[in-house]
Amino acid sequence: MSHIRKQSEYEKTFAFHFFRWLGGEKDAFMGNMEMHPQKEYAEAETTIEERLRDRRQALSEVYDRRHNKELKFFNVLYKCMSVVFCIALVFVLVYMVSYLPSVGAEDKPTNNIVSETYISDGLKDTGAVNIVTGMILSYRAFDTFGETNVLFIATCCVMIMLMVDEDKIRENKESNDRGFEPKNNLILKKVATLIVPLVFLFGIYIILNGHLSPGGGFSGGAMIGAGMILYVAAFGFDKTEKFFNEKVYKCIKVTALICYGCIVTYYFLTGANGLESIIPLGKAGKILSGGITLPINIFVGSEVACTMYAFYALFRRGGL
Amino acid sequence: MEIIKNFPCLSILLCMFAAIISSALKGRGARWLNSFVIAAVSVLSFAVLYLTITTKESYVYVMGHFPAPFGNEIRFGSLEAGMALFFCVIMMLSLNGGRKKLLLEINPAKENLYYIMVDLLLSSLLALVYTNDLFTAYVFVEINTISACGLIMITERGHTIEAATRYMIMSLLGSGLFLIGICLLYDLTGHLLMSNIKAGIDAIVANGTYHTPLLVTIALIVVGLAIKSALFPFHAWLPNAYGYSTVSSAAILSSLVSKGYIFLLIKIIYRVIGFDTFRDSKIINVLFVFGLAGMIMGSLSAIRENDIRRMISFSSVAQIGYIYMGFGLGTAVGMVASVFHMLSHAATKSLLFVSGSGLTDVSGGHKEFLELTGSAYRNICAGLAFTVGSLSMVGIPVFSGFVSKLLFSQAAILNEHKVLPTLIALAISTILNTIYFMKTVIRIYTPAHGKYASASWKENPAYAVTLLLFIILNVVLGMCSQPITDWIAQGLSVFA
Repeated sequence: MSHIRKQSEYEKTFAFHFFRWLGGEKDAFMGNMEMHPQKEYAEAETTIEERLRDRRQALSEVYDRRHNKELKFFNVLYKCMSVVFCIALVFVLVYMVSYLPSVGAEDKPTNNIVSETYISDGLKDTGAVNIVTGMILSYRAFDTFGETNVLFIATCCVMIMLMVDEDKIRENKESNDRGFEPKNNLILKKVATLIVPLVFLFGIYIILNGHLSPGGGFSGGAMIGAGMILYVAAFGFDKTEKFFNEKVYKCIKVTALICYGCIVTYYFLTGANGLESIIPLGKAGKILSGGITLPINIFVGSEVACTMYAFYALFRRGGL
Repeated sequence: MEIIKNFPCLSILLCMFAAIISSALKGRGARWLNSFVIAAVSVLSFAVLYLTITTKESYVYVMGHFPAPFGNEIRFGSLEAGMALFFCVIMMLSLNGGRKKLLLEINPAKENLYYIMVDLLLSSLLALVYTNDLFTAYVFVEINTISACGLIMITERGHTIEAATRYMIMSLLGSGLFLIGICLLYDLTGHLLMSNIKAGIDAIVANGTYHTPLLVTIALIVVGLAIKSALFPFHAWLPNAYGYSTVSSAAILSSLVSKGYIFLLIKIIYRVIGFDTFRDSKIINVLFVFGLAGMIMGSLSAIRENDIRRMISFSSVAQIGYIYMGFGLGTAVGMVASVFHMLSHAATKSLLFVSGSGLTDVSGGHKEFLELTGSAYRNICAGLAFTVGSLSMVGIPVFSGFVSKLLFSQAAILNEHKVLPTLIALAISTILNTIYFMKTVIRIYTPAHGKYASASWKENPAYAVTLLLFIILNVVLGMCSQPITDWIAQGLSVFA
């Protein structure tokens, strides 16, 4: 006995939609995508007049272009002087470059004991196969900690500029254009579903293998941040707010930076006072090796990812 | 004693930790943490100062497990430690003086961001003072630039955002030139550590090779730092940045940020380029001319100003001119005078900014001179403090400004080629200083009745105490100049 479904149940199945699409009864994009013709921009005649009048008034009364010889002279002089100055600067710098030590020469001053030691002893000293990561995170740990703080303070500065108060949004709905964003594109959504996990995975791989292969915290973190930006662009802030809001952002950022700072402080204090660091270097080539480079890479990675996402969110809607 | 050697590194890291923790705190917590950190760093710096003065030596501290030239290093002698202590004191006083005003001017939700900026600014200043590595210096110059922008634009008004943008562009230009200079130095010597670069440069000078690149490098570094510290022709960003930002920011910017760069330049002159090489280059004459021009042009612009805050800002241009003029003299005495003037100007300018805000507050918030008439009667503390600051700037004995002018003239007399222009410019600049500062003092002491209500010191005791401490600091600098100049000379001698 064949089982016949009820019409209402059948309408929910995939087969129904598929055959309907096959038969050309329904356009898949209809109703799922925002589609309306763009309106041509038309300016009302009164505003045009107003604009032109304002401009004329500004030119004639404020600057008084026609009679202000001083301003005219200054403008010409300014342009000429800047061109002359730039050409002179370029000339001086190019002239100077011809006197520099030639690139690749054997007796170039940069071919000295420092780079030799990095190459010969780098693996032994830092435990990191990737000499570059070992160099920036162990030899010159202080500079890199400073650089990470540059990222941190840059986000804080952008927050000063762009962060919008929640109260203000409620008060003044017009200034907030979040509600007017177009519906998200279906293609973008589907592609993002496919790509975002891969991007995250690859970013994590790069961070964790920073001491073994090219990459590290900065590049891996940037990748994860880009993945998050793609996710937001595809699914909107409503989805990301569920797992990544301001609280989570603060938590991750502060934890990462504090842990990084503690490691670095410990490393500096033991190093300067001639004590042994208890962080083992491990066996070269293994994931769990490289002394302080692996944990630092992880913390730098999370900080960079947060920073990238925070920039995007702050510029797009003035909040996280 | 051994443990004290860890203090410079700890104080830099402490400020960074405070900034990181502040980002998770509310405004009030961040404020207390900031005060605590500044006090702690002052104590640590004082201990370092005590150590370095008693031993009369400088120390190198390895940051990490690898000694220089492979790893990072910081270095501290008595001059560095004293500067760090002085910066902390000025920062604490400036913040206290403008605290009430700050709360009124900024968005309360963003107060913790302000203290993040201040914490990181202090860490970068300390790092610029202590660093022994040019690349570390560059990293902290970046932090310094960004945090200074944050300090300017925290009030989120049109003027301050415009000023911050202008500051950003000029300052990044300076950073760029400085970075090119560092790259060239690395190309010429193969090192980033100051002492190794100096050895390389000495070899270059002895061999006579690479003369042109070395000259260009010195020029790029000096001009880069001069732009950042607002030497005369590069000062276009200064009046708006100081004039419209909140009081604490203006005081910190004028007395600390520009001084941090100047101190870095002194360090580079002594420890990287070498004082003799620097003196023999032609750059020094350019600095001398720019300094003289700044002394006079800055004062002329200040006379034309009708806004008290902008007038004080333009006076900064003149005072920075003095400092660079001291460099331009090319003698050790001139350098001592410049360093003393850094201290004196930092103490006096922050006093003027803080007391100026008290005067404008009792004049309905107006900054024009006409409205300020009689304001010294309405706010007696601020009027008194402003008068002390003005007298110090003009160069009246007892106050610090007199000593620096005296030191500059003494240094000028020892340099036979530059004595005449220096003394003439000093005289003209002093007269111009007198004109605009005394004009203001007379204006605020001219009685005016009615119009605005007066404020007693009891309404804001912290402000009055801050002003008192500023005045004491100023008088101490003016009265005990001998031990201070001895300390500076000793500190500079262990620099080389």
